[in-house]
Amino acid sequence: MIPFRLWVYLQTTPLFWLTATLAAYIVADRIAAAAGRHPVVNPVAIAIALVGALLMLTGTDYQTYFNGAQFVHFLLGPATVALAVPLYRNLELVSRNLLPMAAALAVGAVTAIVSALVVARALGAPRAVLVSLAPKSVTAGVAMAVSETLGGAPPLTAVLVIATGILGAIMVTPLMNALKIRDYAARGFAVGLASHGIGTARAFAVDPVAGVFAGIAMGLNAVVTPALIPVLLPWLAG
Amino acid sequence: MIRGVFLLLFFQLAGEILARGLSLPAPGPVVGLGLLVAAMAGWRAFRPFDDEELASSELGRAAAGMLANLSLLFVPAGVGVVQYLGLLRAEGVALAAALIVSTFVTLIATVGAFLAVKRLIGLRREV
Repeated sequence: MIPFRLWVYLQTTPLFWLTATLAAYIVADRIAAAAGRHPVVNPVAIAIALVGALLMLTGTDYQTYFNGAQFVHFLLGPATVALAVPLYRNLELVSRNLLPMAAALAVGAVTAIVSALVVARALGAPRAVLVSLAPKSVTAGVAMAVSETLGGAPPLTAVLVIATGILGAIMVTPLMNALKIRDYAARGFAVGLASHGIGTARAFAVDPVAGVFAGIAMGLNAVVTPALIPVLLPWLAG
Repeated sequence: MIRGVFLLLFFQLAGEILARGLSLPAPGPVVGLGLLVAAMAGWRAFRPFDDEELASSELGRAAAGMLANLSLLFVPAGVGVVQYLGLLRAEGVALAAALIVSTFVTLIATVGAFLAVKRLIGLRREV
């Protein structure tokens, strides 16, 4: 009986789930390293799957889990501020690329929305699903707010945002290599725009310049996409 | 280490105060990022440092450590969506196709526009 009571106690403490989150990440990172950092073996996806499976097996609800995991989640704020250092170190490169960034932002933001809606609509997705899908390339908090305002389902939007992040992080390296694009500013900007923070994390893992441009693209797209969706939606969602 | 972490938290706090106090459209951490860039520029004018010194400073190391493990920070939010995976059952095929096609096309369109304009204005390709 004692092990069971101990488990009942541990399961409710922040310590247990914080430790489990880090453990899952370390295991996921080891798996990614063992696979030679192959882009398909994405550490975020593996860690999420591991923790998700553990929650299901133990019948733990998300709120209990988040009581521990919030200490990791909290670090997203300081990590955003931390972008200032590589940004400052590459300020000259960034300022020389203002025009390419502006063009890529406009083209990329429109493409992300239009391409997703055209495909989903052609395959018969109803309007509420299309609205939930439209902001999938921007960071989760912003995307959920957009979805809610326009009559979508914010939880569905959150799933689509995370999936888009993982897809972009997986696709970007093989795709850019196949296209023989070696400009890490351009590569980073593309993945930050298409796949927000998870794409930016991938970019930082590949190259610091790519990371800086990914972070900029993510920030700019979080402003542009919410403004574009209400304009584009009437044409694309019927 | 502690001083680096302190600076990141301090600038986030300053950003939050400014963003909320002035009802700025940007979130607090983004304002904090801008403040830290401005502070580094100001500090350099007052007391010069080179890139190497910045990278090896407590702030530089704290920032690099944080960004090297950025993936970890998305795990708690990602786990949150696992319970909603059932939502995908209704339109699963349409949504999977839309995400794969859209992410692929967006990456190509964005990188294409970036490089096209760069070439147009005659910048040399940086590797």
